[in-house]
Amino acid sequence: MTSVKERNVVTIDAAGVFHQELNDRLREAVKNGAGRIELCNVCGQRYIGTDLDRPVQIDVYGVPGNDLGAFMNGPRIIVHGNAQDGCGNTMNDGEIIVHGRAGDILGLSARGGRIFVRDSVGYRAGIHMKEYQDKKPTIVIGGTAQDFLGEYMAGGVLVLLGLTLKEGEKHQARFIGTGMHGGTIYLRGMVDDYQLGKEIGVAELDENDRLLLTKLVTEFAGHFGGDVNLILKGRFIKLYPKYLRPYGRLYTY
Amino acid sequence: MKTFMPAKFTVLRDKDRCIGCKVCVNQCSFDTHYYDADDDEVRSREQNCIGCHRCVTFCPTQALTISRNPLDYRENFNWRPENIEDITKQAESGGMLLTGMGNDKGQKIYWDHLVLNASQVTNPSIDPLREPMELRTYLGRKPDRLEVSSSAGLKTKLPPQVAIEVPVMFAAMSYGAISINVHESLARAASEAGTLWNTGEGGLHQKLYQYGKNTIVQVASGRFGVHPDYLNVARVIEIKIGQGAKPGIGGHLPGEKVSAEVSQTRMIPQGTDALSPAPQHDIYSIEDLAQLVYALKEATNYTKPVSVKIAAVHNSAAIASGMVRAGADIIVLDGIRGATGAAPKVIRDNVGIPIELALASVDTRLRQEGIRQQASLVVSGGIRNSGDVIKAIALGADAVYVGTAALIALGCHVCQQCHTGKCAWGIATTDLRLTKRINPEIGAQRLVNLLRGWSLEIKDMLGGLGVNAIESLRGNRLHLRGVGLTDTELRILGVKMAGE
Repeated sequence: MTSVKERNVVTIDAAGVFHQELNDRLREAVKNGAGRIELCNVCGQRYIGTDLDRPVQIDVYGVPGNDLGAFMNGPRIIVHGNAQDGCGNTMNDGEIIVHGRAGDILGLSARGGRIFVRDSVGYRAGIHMKEYQDKKPTIVIGGTAQDFLGEYMAGGVLVLLGLTLKEGEKHQARFIGTGMHGGTIYLRGMVDDYQLGKEIGVAELDENDRLLLTKLVTEFAGHFGGDVNLILKGRFIKLYPKYLRPYGRLYTY
Repeated sequence: MKTFMPAKFTVLRDKDRCIGCKVCVNQCSFDTHYYDADDDEVRSREQNCIGCHRCVTFCPTQALTISRNPLDYRENFNWRPENIEDITKQAESGGMLLTGMGNDKGQKIYWDHLVLNASQVTNPSIDPLREPMELRTYLGRKPDRLEVSSSAGLKTKLPPQVAIEVPVMFAAMSYGAISINVHESLARAASEAGTLWNTGEGGLHQKLYQYGKNTIVQVASGRFGVHPDYLNVARVIEIKIGQGAKPGIGGHLPGEKVSAEVSQTRMIPQGTDALSPAPQHDIYSIEDLAQLVYALKEATNYTKPVSVKIAAVHNSAAIASGMVRAGADIIVLDGIRGATGAAPKVIRDNVGIPIELALASVDTRLRQEGIRQQASLVVSGGIRNSGDVIKAIALGADAVYVGTAALIALGCHVCQQCHTGKCAWGIATTDLRLTKRINPEIGAQRLVNLLRGWSLEIKDMLGGLGVNAIESLRGNRLHLRGVGLTDTELRILGVKMAGE
């Protein structure tokens, strides 16, 4: 059922609706000028938010399926629950805010837009994100991540806050930033050297890093709560690619 | 380190003919020819010559002869020159051997062991010069049944179909691997000839968006230049899983090829390596493939067919069945002779299977499962002439892709140096000094001419078979016979021995 609640706010009941039909309804609602869409009873429908090309806000209640916001270009999706795999896949523009956790390959190959996840994420988050000129994807993860975080990242900013770690507990992810050749990872909390990819360097934060982090953490706390100063007081390191061309010397002619 | 590599070619300059015009100096991008000002003479550094014939073609007095260096090693069937020289190169560099173009080894070319039938006495052949002959092919998923009513006509809603006027399309070659002028030549030729060209995975230059109706855009593991406009402008979207020249591995467009323009189209900073990971990390299974197929369909609101391209490998038939069930509207198989802008030589020459066998087994399998109509089948990897095209269609293909053949039409002499980025013919390079050598207008004309020639030949062969539409030949293997093939080969190809 699709119903218009108030001016510009549309509610869609997704119970039992296949993704193709659900996306049709979203397209229709956006075409009719909806400013905000409430999707209720979402249960695994994939590709929510794709092909809308407008900065409409979509509130998702329930559990959205894989590829949430795939190829997305403009909308702002707020998930009141967990997101699954492929959230923000090849996203171009827009925003995804997850009040819960997200699965594997968060933001795969994203080339723009922003993703905030309150809790932890699965494997290969931020893999192959890339930036070009003013397009710079940003991912902020409140909890921790699984292996291959930021694998062959080519651009953008990835922040891992580690807020779910207990006192003295380290991040578990291995192969962090392996093959990375662009962009920046900010990591709060402890990791051992062996957990980091061979292609990245570790640096202390400088003034610009602090400014950017303050901005992003403030935004994070704005979405999910938390004490900005307390979060920023934690120990951060900055991971950066040592080489623009990590695989330049593999070949002979 | 002193190199122990002998020169591959010798350059013979006929001094009586050479007028010292330095055309060869300017044309060679491998620094083979040079002008010696002290002696006022044009000379050659033979060890640099890669045998592309650019100088020979442009020498105004035919003063140059390039031949293989007649360096004879002692006869040894095992340690042939190639083996010796490869080891030498690796001992001097410690790297993987990189190469361009397709497999140059002597694996069996099955097209050359297949022959076509012709009508004699018992049925009339058709004269295509004076009778209608149909080459138009529709790519896309076909419905299982059609409902027609006398009042409303066709009642069944057809999935998106793409008509091509000749069953030959231009294979995926990315901007970066080849130049923008080659892309433009292909795009213009495809538009003029009513067929499709394929961007490869390096994005689509803004100035080529006008050819979108004839464009297949690729979505590969690097996702370079993939954004909503790119998907929406295309006629077909192709997911690239693999490539015949390098099944199972990714690619690195080296940073030096990522020029300002390439960086704009790929949407990455200038000078950084463009890494295409080996897998697409959102596809680890058929179910995941279905997810990306439908992600692309959703992203373009089910308005265009989604193609999936794989390298032909051992289990292609089972994989293809899965691809069809995953929602692919077009399946592309690229065989072991498929070419590349750059691949490790050992992979190009040793991984994958011949396209003819893959095509026959995939077509057979899809028919057995009753799902052949659910996807069009396109094959590529070493299609050299219209004979190969028509045999591919008789074996079960809907259409073919040509890459190398198209580049040869533009001037390529198959010197296999695509990976160096120094292509003297201005094809496999992004060096602005070299890319100027292809004029897109003339390039398009050469490509259109090639397609016209092949179309005429295909029509002639169809007429000889007594068939007046290419559709009637598709998968009709009774029109083929095998020559010099074993029972197993004949069984896999599904053709009878000549004489049977």
